[in-house]
Amino acid sequence: MNNTPVRTPRPEDFEPISGQSSAPVLVRPSRSYWQDAWIRLQSNRRALVSLYIIIGLLLFTFAGPLLWQVDPARQDVDQISVGPGADRRAVIVGLFQSWDGVSVDPVMAGGTGLRLAAAPDTQSVRLIWNAIPGASGYQIYRSHYEPSNIDALGLPLAELTLPGQVSYEDRLDLRARPYFYAVAPIDGNGRRTGQFEVVQADPVRVITIPEVLDRGLAADPQSLQPGDVVRLSWHPLGTDYLGRDMLARLMAGARVSLFIGLLAPLIFVAFGVLYGSTSGFVGGKLDQVMMRFADFVVALPFLLFMILFQVVFGIGPGESGIMPMLFALVLLSWPATARLVRGQILQIREEAYVSAARLLGGSRNYLILRHMIPNTMGVILVTLTFAVPAAIFTEAFLSFIGMGVAPPTASWGSMCNEGLKNMLTHPHELIFPAAMISITVLAFNLLGDGLRDALDARMRNVE
Amino acid sequence: MWAYTAKRILQGVITVWFIATATFVAMHNVPGDPLSNERATTEAIRINLEARYGLDKPMWEQYVIYMGNMARGDFGISFVQQNRRVNDIIRDHFPVSATLGILAVTFAALGGILWGALTSLYRNRMPDYIIMFLVILGISVPSFVFAGLGQLALVNLNNTLGVSVLPVAGWGTVGHMLLPALVLGLGTMAYLTRLMRSSMLEVINSDYVRTAKAKGLPPTRIFTRHQLRNAVLPVITVLGPAIAAITTGGFVVELVFAIPGLGRYFVQAVQQLDYTVIMGTTVFYGAFLVSMVILVDLIYGWVDPRVRLQ
Repeated sequence: MNNTPVRTPRPEDFEPISGQSSAPVLVRPSRSYWQDAWIRLQSNRRALVSLYIIIGLLLFTFAGPLLWQVDPARQDVDQISVGPGADRRAVIVGLFQSWDGVSVDPVMAGGTGLRLAAAPDTQSVRLIWNAIPGASGYQIYRSHYEPSNIDALGLPLAELTLPGQVSYEDRLDLRARPYFYAVAPIDGNGRRTGQFEVVQADPVRVITIPEVLDRGLAADPQSLQPGDVVRLSWHPLGTDYLGRDMLARLMAGARVSLFIGLLAPLIFVAFGVLYGSTSGFVGGKLDQVMMRFADFVVALPFLLFMILFQVVFGIGPGESGIMPMLFALVLLSWPATARLVRGQILQIREEAYVSAARLLGGSRNYLILRHMIPNTMGVILVTLTFAVPAAIFTEAFLSFIGMGVAPPTASWGSMCNEGLKNMLTHPHELIFPAAMISITVLAFNLLGDGLRDALDARMRNVE
Repeated sequence: MWAYTAKRILQGVITVWFIATATFVAMHNVPGDPLSNERATTEAIRINLEARYGLDKPMWEQYVIYMGNMARGDFGISFVQQNRRVNDIIRDHFPVSATLGILAVTFAALGGILWGALTSLYRNRMPDYIIMFLVILGISVPSFVFAGLGQLALVNLNNTLGVSVLPVAGWGTVGHMLLPALVLGLGTMAYLTRLMRSSMLEVINSDYVRTAKAKGLPPTRIFTRHQLRNAVLPVITVLGPAIAAITTGGFVVELVFAIPGLGRYFVQAVQQLDYTVIMGTTVFYGAFLVSMVILVDLIYGWVDPRVRLQ
């Protein structure tokens, strides 16, 4: 027996309700899938910051060269391997005058032993010393650090065996930094005898007027006098080991990295979508064959074949090697997307709403355009976002091992390779390109995470 | 289980055949040809050399000979170093790469499982945030940067202590292996940590963990016997591809740390266009990776019976 009293409907139940009644109202506005995803993405602070970083990167890459119009291939021979914020002052001097090896600048006169014969500058450092008894020759060394024992005197510059020569002029690649010169006496057989002497030299950066003119450093070169100070050209992030501007090279490298990093995923994801959706939608034997082939391509060892394809497509003279890399990436990377999209299509095909649409007479094109594509869009977008850092990584790896872009072309990977070689002395050459790669990859990864969470409602509870 | 094993092995053989064919086709499309160096000075010499290497035969015949040799495990003689067989080169250099790879995979797997389990225990608390930040860093920084920084740190450490704690580069002792293996495994470790964390979080909410709690089992026992064992399963599946990624990713680390491995040799061979070495190494690596993936799949099928039924 049913004990609940059944309420008899009364006439007032059928009257229209007034505005104040507690009838159901929409608590949450109804939103489309994409609106909802966008709002959820906005609430994910990390993903949003990543999005801003990516926009900043694109600005850096495409608007940057407009603001910083320095040729990335131009060498500044006055400033090789200088760090950011280095001293740019240079004193103007006259043209180089040869030295007789005897005369001593009056300013430096006096003293005994190893001493400087003239104020040291980046044109030359002139050493003079008193003849050491018993020595029939001298070895001259230069070091960045004060030498402490005879076996570690630094870079050997010269061995003088001319009788009576007690002076030496160093003009080898001098920089504006302290040097320690050591002179060790040798006997007639070239063996060291006795103690070595050390002197410190602190060369001043100098530049001649023709050089100033050549580099266009001064507005009115006519008024320049020796002794004036000019500023060398400005490199905000320093220069590399060939004196090329780091900022300009980073921008040029960004173009290469993002070109490969964005275009290759776009192409192979598009191909993978086409391949996977055809396979999934047609089904049957064709599906089997197509997927088997995709499985084989997946099984190819990725980096090995990337390198192999680099050779196959060949880098001709004057080419940058970007196109071969793009081809190779596309050829090897599409199957993952194809598999994913196929799985998605197979799943959606079984959904009730697709059956309903088909039952209602929806045509094949209608089903594809209205249901299949919009519902796989989220997955595709997420794949695309994760494919970008992977492609950038691959480019960097290949360029790093010398199998990527050809040398004059800047790329973040090849810059890292160059920077690694002088990491101990000039860390900025490694740090900047490495930071660019890391930030870009990080931003795309976090954005991908955010997109995946925003587009897939089930993922919300897992992360 | 036997049927499954046989099926997987057959698939593997076909895959290796595909890799060998792809390598053959790729190498025959390389611009220039193996004889375009100073040795083939006149037409007569060139014809003789082509006959010597069998390059005058039609393509299909070359392919048949090539596949026959591959099937017998004979990769031929190096083009550049004429006195060395490719098999010997692989025998000399592969053990080095394999040792490095195994050590790196061990680092990555143990580290990934440990950190992943730890983050899930401290979910949304400080240790979790710190480890997940490091994980993001590990995924985003390329391994050659880690390699460089690792070397730099080691140099400084050796300098400050005045003794050589670990060698900075080279190969030979266990000390030489530690840093390269760590650097090589770092990316994979980060990836596995993430995977392990989400897998652990999924398991925590499962019915059997709730049942175990309701039974009154001690938390450590629930953690080790119920959570960890089930959460490790997805990690095992990705170990196959991870081994593949680590062994091929070894190129960079071998280059930076001056390790005489097969990866470094492969890069050299490509630069010198040493045809036989390139082909032999590619097929060998491919076969190795395929067998690793199959091995992991078989282990997985043995650990988790549900897989076999699919």
